[in-house]
Amino acid sequence: MSTAVEVVSVSKTFRLFQEKYTSLKEKAIHFGKVPHEVFPALTDISFEVQQGVTLGLLGHNGSGKSTLLKCLAGILTPTTGEIRIRGRIAAMLELGAGFHPDLSGRANIYLNAALMGLSRKEVDQRFDAIVEFSELGPFIENQVKFYSSGMYARLGFAVAVNMDPDILLVDEVLAVGDANFQLKCLAKIREFQEEGRTIIFVSHSPDLVRAICSTAFVLDHGRLVGQGPTAEAVALLQKFQLSGSGLNHDPSTEDHRLEAAISRDIHLNSMMVNGVDADRGVELVAMSQVELAIAIEDVASLAGSCHLEVLIYNASGVALIRAHTREMEMEPVLVRGSVEAVVQFGSLPLAVGSYSMQVNLYHPQSGMMIESRRWDNAIMIVGGQKGVGGVIAAEANVFVKEVSSRNFL
Amino acid sequence: MKTDHAGATPEPSGYRRDRELPIHLVRPSMTVPQRIANIWRYRDLLKDLVAKEIKVKYKDSALGFIWSLLNPAMFILIYYIVFQKILKNGIPLFAIYLATGLLAWNLFQSGVLGATGSVVGNSGLVKKVAFPREILALASVGSAFIFFLFQTVVLAIFLIVLRVAPSPRFVWLVPLALLGLLMFACALAVLLSAVNVYLRDMQHLMEILLQAWFWATPIVYPFMELSKQLRAHGLTWLYLANPTTPVALTFQRAFYVQANPLGTNGTIVHILPSYGPMWYLAVLGTIIVLSFIFFLVSVYVFGRLEGNFAEEL
Repeated sequence: MSTAVEVVSVSKTFRLFQEKYTSLKEKAIHFGKVPHEVFPALTDISFEVQQGVTLGLLGHNGSGKSTLLKCLAGILTPTTGEIRIRGRIAAMLELGAGFHPDLSGRANIYLNAALMGLSRKEVDQRFDAIVEFSELGPFIENQVKFYSSGMYARLGFAVAVNMDPDILLVDEVLAVGDANFQLKCLAKIREFQEEGRTIIFVSHSPDLVRAICSTAFVLDHGRLVGQGPTAEAVALLQKFQLSGSGLNHDPSTEDHRLEAAISRDIHLNSMMVNGVDADRGVELVAMSQVELAIAIEDVASLAGSCHLEVLIYNASGVALIRAHTREMEMEPVLVRGSVEAVVQFGSLPLAVGSYSMQVNLYHPQSGMMIESRRWDNAIMIVGGQKGVGGVIAAEANVFVKEVSSRNFL
Repeated sequence: MKTDHAGATPEPSGYRRDRELPIHLVRPSMTVPQRIANIWRYRDLLKDLVAKEIKVKYKDSALGFIWSLLNPAMFILIYYIVFQKILKNGIPLFAIYLATGLLAWNLFQSGVLGATGSVVGNSGLVKKVAFPREILALASVGSAFIFFLFQTVVLAIFLIVLRVAPSPRFVWLVPLALLGLLMFACALAVLLSAVNVYLRDMQHLMEILLQAWFWATPIVYPFMELSKQLRAHGLTWLYLANPTTPVALTFQRAFYVQANPLGTNGTIVHILPSYGPMWYLAVLGTIIVLSFIFFLVSVYVFGRLEGNFAEEL
């Protein structure tokens, strides 16, 4: 396997102006010496990405992940350092960036592909595939300004993925569009993964990163603070988020050490769904009550505690339901020897299909992940109301109400 | 900043991960030859952007590109009435004289003015997509060139109606004059498009400067009128140092033809200098070479300024 992306001590500084002086008069008054602060958006970042890897870039707002992605894409040039890119790179920083509203979908495909560096001949070869993927059909001849936002996003995504990129950069773009479109995008990303293309994925949604990426980097204040398997990186991100948002009540260091020592002894043993082991899979009817019994053990037989997070994913990896005891403002789960934490869902509005579950245990103070376990296809939803479906289930009643009566003469 | 794949076609049987892939670098600075090579790789984009500008400009208008003919036609009509009928300047075939100079000038002015605002106007693109940004400025000059081609129709109509044949002694110099003008316009376009990101006043300043520039070029009045007065102070060279002047003179010599015709009031009027074709060849050659050097400098300056585009826009 070879290296697809090599980043060598890249730094990027921005100048922050109190006020921007762009007019001639103002420039003359300040004689070019505009007061500004230097803001290091990226500080000495170095890493390598092997070909075929799907890498997640995690970080809170302002951590520099988008700046790094823009440097990789070549939109920003680093202040110092160098980036080596092997192969064609396609950046999806904004779907349909560069579309002109007054041009037809067809003309915009050519323009957009040319912006990405394709020659006219190459676009000709890909044109049919792009139109097919975008599902625009005859609307391709219409002006883009008449498109819905979903159509716009589909066309933008279609152009980007049909560039046959060796490296794909994706920045939060999957947040737009309807559920069907998101599924389609995810399917395309999975296809790219199977084909061995390199993907770098930026998101501040840990769920999406967990669903897509095998490894992840964590950025904080422009520095690369951690890298590793996605679950670990997500835990690290949450730690940084905690320390940044002041949720941490700054316990004495001694307490902290004790807690850390204790929590290392906490283990997640098994989970029962409505009395059936999640390893085996449970068949349920839509909208039924669900009770999870999560067996947690403190092997050191001390009184440990942890926060608990339960996630339910659909087949395309989207976290449909997430419950976190810390965010529910609950006390941490007390673990004395062996306990069973019970999580009840009143009625689970899941559509027909199979669902995976994940349980994460977190250290109560630091927010660090202690353990994470996933059960693929833990729940199978069968039945439910006929003719009512989609991503989630609902109970639908249809009847006719008479508003006003009219006499037909 | 992307590298072209030699013959990289989408493989029908899926993606091959083991092929040799070109490596490209993202660096703080690129050399001028690298920048120009990069612009050349994106030449299809240049074509698409020019086509876009033309399509968008007259979209939804009933007359379409005919508007781009009516504009100079109206200009010529008004100036003809004011200068020929009211002020009685005595220049024979004044409509052709105006049309030739104006044709060259419109190419220069609309190209440079359009380019000055091009990077700022396309900030959405500059912040989201990686491509050589000089293309935006060059596309403005490119679309001005297409409109120039449309407008040659106006000149052709005047030549046919007034039965004037282009001068075979000078008409071969027109492509050279055009090359020099385009080169100069491109150099100025690339420079100003980058400077305008930092000094937004540049756009308004250029509108005024180009007005002065228009009158500094012999388009409405004859070259000889002004050079006569400048010669007394030994400043003819300054007049000719303006690249648009020799270009306009070449156009006029080729299509207006007569240097010292019999005026409408019965006396000889001195309109164009009586230099031979070789003088024009030398001057135009100098303009082309100097403009090319200017272009290289502009690309260098553009490269230096480009690094901070994304934060300034």
